[in-house]
Amino acid sequence: MVMRRYLLSRLFLAVPTVFGVVTLVFLLIHLVPGDPVDVMLGETARAADKVRLRHQLGLDRPLPIQYARYLRRLARADLGRSLHSGRPVRRMIVARYPATLELAAGALFFAVLLAAPLGIAAAARPNSLLDALCRGGALVGAALPNFWLGPLLILMFAIAVEWAPVSGRDGLAHLVLPALTLGMGMAAVLIRMLRATLLERLGDDYIRTARAKGASEPRVVLTHALRNAVLPVVTVLGLQAGGLLAGAIITETVFAWPGIGRLTLLAIQTRDYPLVQGCMLVIALTYVLINLCTDLLYGAIDPRLRTRQ
Amino acid sequence: MRSVFANRQVSAGLAVVVLFTAVALFAPGLAPQSPATQNLSEDLQPPRSEHLFGQDKLGRDLLSRVIYGARVSLLVGVTVAGLSAAIGLVIGGIAGYAGGRIDTLLMRVIDILLAFPGILLAIGLSAVLGPSLRNVLLALCAIGWTGYARLVRAEVLSWREREFVNAAVALGAAPLRVLGRHIVPQLLTPLVVQITFGMAAAIVAEASLSFLGLGVQPPTPSWGAMINEGRSFLLVAPHVALFPGLAITLTVLGFTLLGDGLRDVLDVRGSDQ
Repeated sequence: MVMRRYLLSRLFLAVPTVFGVVTLVFLLIHLVPGDPVDVMLGETARAADKVRLRHQLGLDRPLPIQYARYLRRLARADLGRSLHSGRPVRRMIVARYPATLELAAGALFFAVLLAAPLGIAAAARPNSLLDALCRGGALVGAALPNFWLGPLLILMFAIAVEWAPVSGRDGLAHLVLPALTLGMGMAAVLIRMLRATLLERLGDDYIRTARAKGASEPRVVLTHALRNAVLPVVTVLGLQAGGLLAGAIITETVFAWPGIGRLTLLAIQTRDYPLVQGCMLVIALTYVLINLCTDLLYGAIDPRLRTRQ
Repeated sequence: MRSVFANRQVSAGLAVVVLFTAVALFAPGLAPQSPATQNLSEDLQPPRSEHLFGQDKLGRDLLSRVIYGARVSLLVGVTVAGLSAAIGLVIGGIAGYAGGRIDTLLMRVIDILLAFPGILLAIGLSAVLGPSLRNVLLALCAIGWTGYARLVRAEVLSWREREFVNAAVALGAAPLRVLGRHIVPQLLTPLVVQITFGMAAAIVAEASLSFLGLGVQPPTPSWGAMINEGRSFLLVAPHVALFPGLAITLTVLGFTLLGDGLRDVLDVRGSDQ
């Protein structure tokens, strides 16, 4: 009952956020300096073409009517048509979306795989050589921009030793380098976070009690401390997971990964605004959804949050 | 103050930040050549004594371009972090002190802006406004202030019920005076820490936009654009992408170390990247 109320309250709170995201994406095209049609077609385009495009995009109508029309179309999952290919934007996004999800999932998997053992090991032996290496590595990992790390990994593992393909999407081997690139920053943040929260918990009274009762050190760390330390880490994980989708724009560009990020950039380069709007909306809504799931997971892990609602 | 500099992270981070700032400020004196001077007969030449970082596809001296690139990064870092902090201070201050509907409304707007991954909104804004340094600054400020506003609001909420603030109110001080004279000075420490992290984030964001072709336009040297250019020559001239990437990583590392150290020494909770 409490969990259901918590769930409903979180869903209710997400509604205005979704509405705001939709509105912001709608307004984006109206921020174009001057006439958006001039920007899309170029100022030398024929007047008849401009009128046709203006009508096609609904830009010849008052703003509130454009907005109402936009919402009506969104309710039917209609994101309009691409100005360049003429194809429905929804279909173009649906075709690319799985590739981005695959990349984000690979990055998430890699980040957790790297961060969990290193974060725990660093916290279990604070101020040791291993701890120093983990902290230093995490610091450098967080400072590495993925648009530089990607080319570096290509140079080392695809060109120098030919362990992985340079670019494209064709099986697991192609996923390794892009997932490493996208997940590195997240892994660094998680290592720092896990180490800090675990160290905090290991100083708590209940841990001293567990040790006094003769619990082994691995049991103290993995069973008693980790369970309570994981809560803030889950929040960061959720926020970072959402951020992976935006980070994918750069990673997909570096590795020619055919996902929604690369599609967004292509739409921007060709000034295909309906496609830009569609891509941004889908990425932002996915981000909202992931944050919502994080909130719910947070409630499931920590019963105090459910009762506080 | 001495205890601040005694912290190893602060001193290491500060050394990098001072070096980066000096390179940016004294670029004309430090750079061996003009960053725009082309020498097409020496394109993509590797590092050697006359060109310590080698040359790019137009034969331009990479060391000079990396040095001048620091200017763009410094300008973006300082402007975006400074303006965002100022906007965040005003909006967060009003939200936290006024409370009620004003607070709810402002927090809703912030929640919506934070519902976008920051770099996505910056990419969208840069795309519609057009690629230029001015628009990069606009886009990054438009997304950057929200974090500061949240921090300031939380701090104002915790300070406004303190006795010295209540005493000022009881003595008849106007809300603006209470906020500006009594509360804002208490926020400076967490703000300084947040600004340090904010500068690193702004530098990376600018480089990301320039890498995608949505930021600073050629021939102005930007580290992100230089890496993008170097990507095409990874096989034959890896140095073209290597040095600007090292410059970004070192600079971001410096700001992160400084922020981490300041947070520890000044005992600030809640500020992060």
